[in-house]
Amino acid sequence: MCDVCGCGDESVRARAVTVSPHASLLADNDREARHLRAHFEAGGVLAINVMGSPGSGKTALLEATSRALQGRLRLAAVSGDLATALDAERLARAGVSSAPITTGTACHLDAAMVHRALHDPALGEAARRCDVFFIENVGNLVCPAIYDLGEAARVVVLSVTEGVDKPLKYPVMFLKADLVVLSKTDLLPHLPGTSIAVLRENLARVMPSARALEVSAVTGEGVEAFVAWLDGRRGG
Amino acid sequence: MHEVSLIEALFDQADRAIAPHRPGDVRRITLRVGALSGVEPELLRAAFEGCRGERGYHRASLLVRDEPAAWRCAACGEALGEALPLACARCGGDARLAQGDALILERLELEVPDV
Repeated sequence: MCDVCGCGDESVRARAVTVSPHASLLADNDREARHLRAHFEAGGVLAINVMGSPGSGKTALLEATSRALQGRLRLAAVSGDLATALDAERLARAGVSSAPITTGTACHLDAAMVHRALHDPALGEAARRCDVFFIENVGNLVCPAIYDLGEAARVVVLSVTEGVDKPLKYPVMFLKADLVVLSKTDLLPHLPGTSIAVLRENLARVMPSARALEVSAVTGEGVEAFVAWLDGRRGG
Repeated sequence: MHEVSLIEALFDQADRAIAPHRPGDVRRITLRVGALSGVEPELLRAAFEGCRGERGYHRASLLVRDEPAAWRCAACGEALGEALPLACARCGGDARLAQGDALILERLELEVPDV
């Protein structure tokens, strides 16, 4: 009998067919990402995917970077958030040409969202003319990690107030990072249980060639080192 | 919950792979998921159950094959075991993930009318 559609017709026989795509679920995203990467590279734009928890200081790092650069490099950005354009507005006030990507319910940016944002005439123009294009991801230490956005490098902002165990708890995020910025270091005197040495050791356990900078966006300490890292990536 | 986005991508790929057939023909979908793929298999299964009806895959089940993580030395290629060590014991080189980040649609098993 037929159990193809469940009709019970005895004259219909089923035949087994196997299809083996062996394709990554991220294949469509990765194709968009390659398109973006080619676009950034052709324009001489250093694209940086900035990730980290909500409140880790991603926007503050970019504001402090803009202040430290004093116009030496042209900066542009997109900021992903579930709601509001608050981060993009902050960056615009700090001199970074920026646009929001409001994701609604999505917990991460994907390459298609960044691509669509770049087709906004105002941002697209700024992104073509800039030296460094920051893609400020949705605040989240899990979901954004697996989406290639066509960036040249990935920066994870991890504030010292989040606890030294975070690299061990969220290894995938740190595994593919090119740089970790340990932020809010001005708060260390108020965090007697937080050891930067232990934090760095935990990073080295999940991140090959671990590289971390200590930065305070409030005092400005360490921002020059981040700027030097950006310069190094532009030169390389 | 990027698992829902990934399951939508899975059905997009499945639709293309079985183009001559119907989604309702698919009985089993095999997915390889790495330990460091950034995906929680339980959440993936829940997303699959939530989405398969509206995508027409009424009779499909999801088989998740786990892929363990494995590291190799980026310099000399020495296998470094499942847990990431700080450096290669043989030459001191950095570790490189050799496997464990897969999110691969491996196989679709269909039953189609034999006419």
